[in-house]
Amino acid sequence: MPDPTFLDSTELVLNMGPQHPSTHGVLRVILKLDGERILGTDCVIGYLHRGVEKIAENRTYAQFNPYVDRMDYVASVSNGLGYCLAVEKLLNVEAPPRAQAVRVILTELNRIASHLVWLGTHALDIGAITPVFYCFREREEALNIFEKYCGARLTTHAFRIGGLQYETYDGFEQDVKAFCDMFPPKVDEYEELLTGNRIWVGRLTNVGVLTADECKEYGVTGPLLRAAGVKWDLRKAQPYSGYDKYDFEIPTRQNGDTYDRYIVRMQEMRQAVRIIRQAVESIPEGPIMGKVPKVIKPPVGEAYVSIEAPKGELGYYVVSDGSTQPYRVRVRPPSFVNLQALDRMVRGALVADICAVIGTLDIVLGEVDR
Amino acid sequence: MADEQKPGGSEAPLPAGGEAAGRPAKPSPPKPAAAPPKPPATMAATPWESDLARELKERFGSQIGETSTYLGQNFIVARPEAAIPILEYLKLEADFDYLVDITAVDWPKRPERFDLVYIVYSFHRNQRVRIKTQIPDGYKPETAVGVHLTANWLEREVFDMFGIEFAGHPDMRRILMPEEWQGHPLRKDYSILQQDQRWVQESLGIESGQ
Repeated sequence: MPDPTFLDSTELVLNMGPQHPSTHGVLRVILKLDGERILGTDCVIGYLHRGVEKIAENRTYAQFNPYVDRMDYVASVSNGLGYCLAVEKLLNVEAPPRAQAVRVILTELNRIASHLVWLGTHALDIGAITPVFYCFREREEALNIFEKYCGARLTTHAFRIGGLQYETYDGFEQDVKAFCDMFPPKVDEYEELLTGNRIWVGRLTNVGVLTADECKEYGVTGPLLRAAGVKWDLRKAQPYSGYDKYDFEIPTRQNGDTYDRYIVRMQEMRQAVRIIRQAVESIPEGPIMGKVPKVIKPPVGEAYVSIEAPKGELGYYVVSDGSTQPYRVRVRPPSFVNLQALDRMVRGALVADICAVIGTLDIVLGEVDR
Repeated sequence: MADEQKPGGSEAPLPAGGEAAGRPAKPSPPKPAAAPPKPPATMAATPWESDLARELKERFGSQIGETSTYLGQNFIVARPEAAIPILEYLKLEADFDYLVDITAVDWPKRPERFDLVYIVYSFHRNQRVRIKTQIPDGYKPETAVGVHLTANWLEREVFDMFGIEFAGHPDMRRILMPEEWQGHPLRKDYSILQQDQRWVQESLGIESGQ
């Protein structure tokens, strides 16, 4: 037996990020490798920590509303909806039906926009360049509707506590209907590029598997949970904003791998179009603002309200001490909780798979770090 | 001089009188207004009547202070040492298999300074329950990692933001703030403008982050 040389050392610690194109932001992952195989990971997060929860305690309820858009900035409408619903719960008011319908339309458009960012970047990470251009082309159409409605494209601040600030613009219905007609054929187009593509299938199948039990154990929600076969969606389980009025399916798959999560999200986009179609055809007439006082002072108490954001369960735990400022706002971010499962998903996989797994987790670091 | 002073003096009382009349009028309304709302300043919760609440009370007895519901949301107030057994019981016996969140609320004027809040959900029952415990500063609650793996990062965040250390946690490090940072930002006595000046100067090479 010859003496071991330094080349015999098998374990290598590799630093990935925080500035790395496939970490989708400033995520740093420290990998421990045995050759190409991942033995373990450690996530270093917090680069985008802005103290959102601390800021909330120093702003009034209405003033804090725009801040929530800056967490999951590709799905800012969903963030705003969750926060408004939580404060409305504390105030014990409900948005009027017209406001609820417009909220559903914008939130579902935002789900599509968020999933398009996911699809484009996920495919790009794996080496498919074309989908990202297609996805951003269609996302533009959704963002144009936001811009026409409230003046902003990304950090929209579309909703107000109690309802909406703006009435829909002239031609809103037509724009939304035109989007609904335009979009499903585009999803077919993406699927044509990817679903049966041998490289795509090979890179995704049996990669980053998370079973239903593991999902529950790690608190993983959203498309990841549904791809593992759990038919659970807060829009159905605990409907809010009138989602119970709309007819739609919860897409699920059984294997819980990256390919199944891809299929689930693609189907979710089709279901979102279905919801938008129903909502836009029956926007009720009436006021857009509920009975909310000028100065928002919820009675002493606390509430936890969560919604089905594009990434999973987004919850707000708001504590009121009876003053005009929230005593505590806790955000339960789906990205943060889902990211914790990364280690479980990549252990034993190859280095190249980590790009696929981070992509399929669909994290937004603004929300992870808050 | 005296003539000059007189008109000055006669002029001065007018605005002074006007201000004086305005001044007591301004602070006085908030005082009586602020005084009455204080006594009922508690959460108007009602008892939570259900089989699960009865089962829990039977099983844990005096360790559970109240089982209540507010705005249709159920919560349990329990002794701090009972939190993990309750989580375990809820997971194994009542299907609450999803730990949604762990967080804390700081009440600096209270002897038990922190509210430690666990939120669990049952897919089977489609029901959410909050478990709240009150702990003093320096108390080390037991970790929930043994029951739910999700607790790992959630407890790290609570430690980072509030300085509540969890006993038996496998990896009790800061998670969002830099590891060498001094202070816990979500404590109420941590000002919004406060920062770890030394860390900022040493690590970022700038005088101040403000």
